[in-house]
Amino acid sequence: MRRTSSRMAGVALVVVAGLAVAGCSSKSSGGDSTDTGTGGTGSGSLSIQPLVQIDSSGAEVKSSGTGDAADPAGDGKATCSGISLAMAGALTGPNAALGINILNGAKLAAKQHNDANPNCQVDIKQFDTEGDPQKATQVAPSIVGDSSVIGLLGPAFSGETKATGQVFNQNGLLSLTASATNPDLTKNGWSNFFRGLANDAVQGPSVAKYMVNTLKYSKVCVVQDDSDYGVGLAEQITAGLGDAADSSCAAKVKGGDKDFSATVQIVKSADADAVFYAGYYAEAAPFVSQLRSGGVKAAFVSADGTNDPQFVKQAGSASKDAYLSCPCGPAPDKFATDYKAAFNIDPGVYSVEAYDLTTIMLKGIDSGIKDRAGLIDFVKNYDGQGLARHYKWDPTGELASALIWIYQVK
Amino acid sequence: MTGRTNGTAIGKVAAADRPHGGAGDRLRLWWDALPRQRQWLFGIPAFAIVALLPILRPPVLTTVGTDFGGVLAQFGMYALLAVGLNVVVGQAGLLDLGYVGFYAIGAYTVGLLTSPNSPWNLTDDWLSRSWGWVFALPIAIIITAVSGLILGSPTLRLRGDYLAIVTLGFGEIVRLLADNLSDITGGGRGLSSIAYPVVGTSEKRPFGVFSAGNTQHAPTYGVWWFWLSLLLLAITLILIGNLERSRVGRAWVAIREDEDAAEIMGVPTFRFKLWAFVIGASIGGLSGALYAGQVQFVVPTSFNVINSMLFLCAVVLGGQGNKLGVIAGAFIVVYLPNFFLGRTSLLGIPINGNDIANYKYLFFGLALIILMIFRPQGLFPARQKLLTYGRELYVAARRAAGYGKPAPEPSTEQGGAS
Amino acid sequence: MSALLLTTPVLADGVIGFNVDALAHNFWALTVDGLTYGAIYALVATGYTLVYGVLRLINFAHSEVFMFGMFGQYATLMLLGFAPSGNAYTQGTVMTIVYLGIAMIGGMVVSGGTAVGLERVAYRPLRKRGAPSLAFLITAIGASFVLQEFVHFILPKLTNNELGGANAQQPIILVQPSEQFTFLGASVTNVEIVVVVAALILTFATNQFIVSTKFGRGIRAVAQDPVTATLMGVSRERIIMLTFLIGGVLAGAAALLYTLRVPNGIIYSGGFILGIKAFTAAVLGGIGNLRGALVGGLLLGVMELYGQALFGTEWRDVVAFVLLVLVLMFRPTGILGESLGRARA
Repeated sequence: MRRTSSRMAGVALVVVAGLAVAGCSSKSSGGDSTDTGTGGTGSGSLSIQPLVQIDSSGAEVKSSGTGDAADPAGDGKATCSGISLAMAGALTGPNAALGINILNGAKLAAKQHNDANPNCQVDIKQFDTEGDPQKATQVAPSIVGDSSVIGLLGPAFSGETKATGQVFNQNGLLSLTASATNPDLTKNGWSNFFRGLANDAVQGPSVAKYMVNTLKYSKVCVVQDDSDYGVGLAEQITAGLGDAADSSCAAKVKGGDKDFSATVQIVKSADADAVFYAGYYAEAAPFVSQLRSGGVKAAFVSADGTNDPQFVKQAGSASKDAYLSCPCGPAPDKFATDYKAAFNIDPGVYSVEAYDLTTIMLKGIDSGIKDRAGLIDFVKNYDGQGLARHYKWDPTGELASALIWIYQVK
Repeated sequence: MTGRTNGTAIGKVAAADRPHGGAGDRLRLWWDALPRQRQWLFGIPAFAIVALLPILRPPVLTTVGTDFGGVLAQFGMYALLAVGLNVVVGQAGLLDLGYVGFYAIGAYTVGLLTSPNSPWNLTDDWLSRSWGWVFALPIAIIITAVSGLILGSPTLRLRGDYLAIVTLGFGEIVRLLADNLSDITGGGRGLSSIAYPVVGTSEKRPFGVFSAGNTQHAPTYGVWWFWLSLLLLAITLILIGNLERSRVGRAWVAIREDEDAAEIMGVPTFRFKLWAFVIGASIGGLSGALYAGQVQFVVPTSFNVINSMLFLCAVVLGGQGNKLGVIAGAFIVVYLPNFFLGRTSLLGIPINGNDIANYKYLFFGLALIILMIFRPQGLFPARQKLLTYGRELYVAARRAAGYGKPAPEPSTEQGGAS
Repeated sequence: MSALLLTTPVLADGVIGFNVDALAHNFWALTVDGLTYGAIYALVATGYTLVYGVLRLINFAHSEVFMFGMFGQYATLMLLGFAPSGNAYTQGTVMTIVYLGIAMIGGMVVSGGTAVGLERVAYRPLRKRGAPSLAFLITAIGASFVLQEFVHFILPKLTNNELGGANAQQPIILVQPSEQFTFLGASVTNVEIVVVVAALILTFATNQFIVSTKFGRGIRAVAQDPVTATLMGVSRERIIMLTFLIGGVLAGAAALLYTLRVPNGIIYSGGFILGIKAFTAAVLGGIGNLRGALVGGLLLGVMELYGQALFGTEWRDVVAFVLLVLVLMFRPTGILGESLGRARA
């Protein structure tokens, strides 16, 4: 076919010319991943920095030192055998960074313990739930069916805790979570469930009051995803914001959504001072990116589900100046050094909590406990200092003291 | 029966033209020749062996990385689903890609009636939690049947491809409704703490044999759910079998083979297609209720299209139209990935079992493609019997045609009766 | 406008809200957005409609052809030296167009190849055996999942975790969306203009190909009457391959345009829902009808966004599926009716 062959030759010529031009162009010298043009700072220099610690009325609280934190190494003379601890959370999937933070914190504590106690080697068995409550229900029977597991660090997300909590409760397995913050989780009467950080009934009002009183936002759009954590947090934030929360621009997105054009449009036309996103970084990053591309100048505020370096990496310079809250504090220096040396990445949110909670469980094992019921009792009666805070639980499984940290991307 | 004309015998087929002569066909012919009572005589011990598998725990069959009882419980539910889908796809010939929607409706009905998260929860009113599931089960079946009626009435006038896509659309609409109507269904948070039958409480098992707390002592709760689903499966098979041998079943065969001809011959096709849909839906709802009771948690992500594909694969793999064959198909679909979970070596070769288990959708998709090209009738093809009491006649006709007999030497083609 | 509709009536006690205010307030912005998505749907719908017109077959796996196109253009950009980043690259308008063009060609090659390969491996053996049409559909479903899971699990192993896997690819953004002008209060960005214009050009080009070239006449002939076409000397197998190729190429172009609009959407499951929506668009416009694919696509894109404003942002996919079911039930021939076989396509 003369026509097709000449057409194909034309196409080939264009391709070759294009490749030649591309090869000769100056863009692929590597620096472009951080270059946004004439004036902007590259995202390579953006990171999440702690700003201030606040209480439930949004006022600043000076942080005290870590004091005499419990050391997983103990006295080095513990004996045990055939005992292990489990960790359940998102180790793969879109929000995997949050679960890996927890796993690494736990592994660091276990390593320090095992190195110091040659006669008591405790294994951390990891169970990947992908952050999905449905997958968690498939994994939970394996955890409770393993008789060497006497304690569980997790589940990591509120949704999966809600889905599997009854399984762990009925099997009498200790469930110590370093990250699940939905307040309703401790209202189920699960005597085996303990939360190692403040819940959203504290985080919500604290951040809301901070936004209204300190940051002086008078109109906020609250956008939530469909996870247990997102819905619960959005409820708390909306209640705490009171009149500042504009209900006409409140929107719902779904986990797994990549395209937020209608939501961006609604937020844009509402002309708010700030947008609060209740959800995880897998959606927060494209959302803030599309917000900025859409020309929305409102401040972006989010919470612990978004508070991860992955958010900054995926959103690039769109994440600049975002406020992120967390019931967890920044990592102490020595911990950060040890963590980096062991895993080659910086610690993230909940790493310190995971370390502390694993230390508590290891202390229980060191004191001679070999069964699940015993470990639950140990935690119920525990009163001690950790790296992040003081740990003492009330009868429902909540911590006595609870403060929130505010970070900013800069 | 073996008259001779011009050198070729009536009823005899030349060796080159004889389509079946292998060992499988001899087995099938022998099985078809048995009267139903004798078939049951073989069936009951086989059934007992399958039921006792989780107790016997045979060495190679028992799964390594996951609870064998749990795997068999899932097989029980999938077997029910396969039988239900077989009624729709295999018997009546209606390709239903949204069957997971019925599964979801059954599970959500039980969830909505018994979960503390649901606004329609009855267990904090007058319904006791011990018997909540048993109460909700027939309601789930009825509601799913009604939904089958609602889905079928407007759409069964469509043919083939269009029906498949519409049912796919409906399956997705059910899932999206469950996701979006979060005030009622909990949305992405799901409905937790669904009631399960509390039976057999003891000191070792304070919550009963069916609760998720029964994991430390054999038989675990997975095994008990497996036995329950086997019981329900047996009842379903008896009912479906009776339907197959009745006017309804023959109407389905006629509709499947050539709907226009059936309509012309006076078969009320629309009504029987609707029946197929409703019956298939009810069985799907039954299986959904079992799922909700066992896992005690329902969330929309469990009911996505890829599971519809797995159900379809079970039916196609097992043999469309063959209700025992699709159970075998369901076993393969459920068991094979779980066989590989946690296994690090097979016959001495080191393998990564978890990876292979992850590839299950890939393998089953490939299986569908290959099956459709090389063996579209599936592993255990259906043999439809259109005449009542026609078993002897069919068997004699097949024997006369030389089915099930090994091919004789070409030189002896001229001689002898069959 | 919002002063007129200060109150928002609520349907069914808050179960499904009916927010007319949001729709009225944002009408033109939603329309512009909707036309952008609609243009993408139209390109993919053309693939469905062509294959149906020629073969009377719903190519269920076409959504995966689109998905492969997305990965194809992404891989092309990676080969050109772009690294994934949250920020947009800036390299001047001419170079941007050149890079986009190369990426589009890369995407078209990959998806065209996938479509033809699909036809060869999955559909041709069935055609040779004279299988019933449901067998084609079952095979298509199987092929769809094979392709998805290949990208999900096998591709990361082949490319050392650069491509594929469970998570979306980190975006490579070549064009930073910037507002070019406003139209009745709605801002129109450069990305939206590029998408709509490119889609219109491609649709027009395809239409010309079908109407005026020899191969195009062959396609129409086979669509109208395969047996007579063969008698007239048209090679049926080549026409079928060409049909799949054109559909694939258009899906590849649509993939690039989609990635321009939604940079984070490159994931193994990213084709599936879009494919069903594109099929809805094809049916809406009239399956087998090329202009119908365009009309249906634009209409569906716009109605989805209106539905999102009206009922809530989470109802987008439901709107599409409900439309699909309604169209198939009440007007299966679509708005413009079937017509690939007729003289004027």
